[in-house]
Amino acid sequence: MSTTMSAGSTRSPRDRRHSPQGAPAPDHDLAGAVDQPLRVLDEDGRRRPDARLDAHLRDVDEALLAGVLRDMTVIRALDDEAVALQRQGELGLWPPLRGQEAAQIGLARALPETDFLFTSYRENGLAWCRGVRPEEMLSVWRGTTLSGWDPFAHRMATPQVIIGAQTLHAVGHAMATSTRGEDGLSVACFGDGAMSQGDVGEAMVFAASFRAPVLFFCQNNHYAISEPVGLQTTVPLAHRPAGFGIPSLRVDGNDVLAVLAATRLAAERIRSGAGPMFLEAVTYRVGPHTTSDDPTRYRDEAELETWRRRDPLLRLERHLELLGAPVEQLREQAQQEGREAAEALHAAVSEILAPAPESLFEHVLTEEHQGLRRQREQLAALEASLAPAGSAS
Amino acid sequence: MTTMTMAAALNAALADSLAADEDVLLIGEDIGTLGGVFRITDGLKDRFGASRVIDSPLAESGIVGTSVGMAYAGRRPVCEIQFDGFVFPAFDQIVAQVARLHYRTGGRVRMPLTIRIPFGGGIGAVEHHSESPEAYFAHTPGLRVVTVADPQDAYSTMRAAIACDDPVILLEPKRRYWGKGEVDTEVTTDLDSARVLRPGRDATLVAYGPLVVTALEAAVAAEDDGIDLEVIDLRSLAPLDRGAVAGSVRRTGRLIVAHEAPGTVSLSSEVVAGVVEDCFEHLEAAPERVTGYDVPYPPAALEEHHLPGIDRILDAVDRTLGRRSSREAA
Repeated sequence: MSTTMSAGSTRSPRDRRHSPQGAPAPDHDLAGAVDQPLRVLDEDGRRRPDARLDAHLRDVDEALLAGVLRDMTVIRALDDEAVALQRQGELGLWPPLRGQEAAQIGLARALPETDFLFTSYRENGLAWCRGVRPEEMLSVWRGTTLSGWDPFAHRMATPQVIIGAQTLHAVGHAMATSTRGEDGLSVACFGDGAMSQGDVGEAMVFAASFRAPVLFFCQNNHYAISEPVGLQTTVPLAHRPAGFGIPSLRVDGNDVLAVLAATRLAAERIRSGAGPMFLEAVTYRVGPHTTSDDPTRYRDEAELETWRRRDPLLRLERHLELLGAPVEQLREQAQQEGREAAEALHAAVSEILAPAPESLFEHVLTEEHQGLRRQREQLAALEASLAPAGSAS
Repeated sequence: MTTMTMAAALNAALADSLAADEDVLLIGEDIGTLGGVFRITDGLKDRFGASRVIDSPLAESGIVGTSVGMAYAGRRPVCEIQFDGFVFPAFDQIVAQVARLHYRTGGRVRMPLTIRIPFGGGIGAVEHHSESPEAYFAHTPGLRVVTVADPQDAYSTMRAAIACDDPVILLEPKRRYWGKGEVDTEVTTDLDSARVLRPGRDATLVAYGPLVVTALEAAVAAEDDGIDLEVIDLRSLAPLDRGAVAGSVRRTGRLIVAHEAPGTVSLSSEVVAGVVEDCFEHLEAAPERVTGYDVPYPPAALEEHHLPGIDRILDAVDRTLGRRSSREAA
């Protein structure tokens, strides 16, 4: 296996343009060229042969595809519901994942649940596949907790808000488990913006030097809030790991089978002891960065329309149709599950209550220290003093 | 009981911790084959292997960040930051991750990291090798910040820090590495409490880390003037043992706090504020602070003017006792 496995890495003549100063002009469209990444399903849903990936898709049948369609449909429904709940004032904020369903479900369904995930905050598709309850995903965004679920129960760390910081955690986790002879992978999930963070560079250095069993999974969704990926890089992101000695693949992140196969390929290689690997899933954030964002300020409708046509769910449905599967029925079943999940979430969200004021002081250290006890008692005394006369404390 | 240097005591504590617990591991720059630039980890890689005494790439955020992941996997990493001035690239991982993960996860994820930092000046070093960054960390909830002052304290505190389930920033006074003392490896200590190293009646002199030795020397010198100083080693900078300081000030009525770090928004600010809150009515004079000046750490040729020494401490003692000091002379 060559160090860089990026398909179609030949740069177009346009990339060789030089600015008047002689420096290469950044090509902000380069990473958007989806004809470059590895792909199994074309935009019409037709299966195309791929020498690298086909070997990892031998078990794909209608049942598997229907399961993946169900996952993607349900997380989209939950995502839409969360946006609605934010608009209704039930959540403070929500980061929609619309458009990235194939990248997330393809990754999650390729890995055993024993592999440990260290993710950013938009990977609710992974959380769904790991059995996290939707209301647990929302609780952080409702402001009632800083961590929605038990990381060890779901083998998925608390989502990271500091961009790229979790990549080092994944590498350290892998360094620790591999020296004990455990064969699990640690997976670092991050986005195109994170590729500019020093921590991601350091994570790749450590992973390569210690041959840590880490999968770096970059969802290039084209935007870091308003900044296009061309501001983070002038070459495909998947080119960068080669400099660290980490092989990489660039895949169409809206092709769930390509992501599934590439992840299986990478995981098999990493589990063999070959060290880390990097996948760039080229996808698109169809929605805003968060519900507070206004993407009309930085991208045009034509671009959005192009990517809507590349919708990962539509592509999978077209593929099922071409296979002769009862796609209407499968879609309806999946959407029904999505509706039920969304309704259950809608009902559950108002049950997510603010914790008691005293919990403000809990778990700062493993034991409460004197100074904190004093502050807790002072707050309790103040609140008691403010309580209406005659009311129970 | 053996006589050894603080460096040897720290080395022994690391070795004993590695031997006692398979989950303990060391990671840092040059700590393996070289044994650390100060030789604190000398011989440990040979004894415990390269997977437990890890020479890391030259990246401090990477050292601390990978240690977070190791803690997720149940390990107890001991990180070495080679010099105080090199900790800042790791600042985000320390204050935004290490300090918060236990709180963030409602107690589900523990971060039993020990982050060792040789700190302070007085060794004639180039820039970035003599810093006192303790206030940044003491300001951050979720971290324990402890200092050591002598070989026994260094041994026992290191053992306690590594055994503790909380993240601990352990500040080692590098100019005291080669001071000798008796060490009993059976002696245990906690990470919370200050200690009275010298009882006295006239004023309370609070110090920590490298200035503990200086404070004790100042107390001996003060005897010549008939002044009886009580010397307190804070040891823990976070949480702060306010009770020990207030208890002493209630007896002496006077307070002097000394440290190398600049005084503005510093540990001495916090100690004085605590005394004012806890026992204002016992103060017989305004508290005095003897600190590094509010300047970036100066070139080595100037550091003797910058660092609090015996003369500056005694001058402050004179002021708090209403004796003639340099400020009246001027």
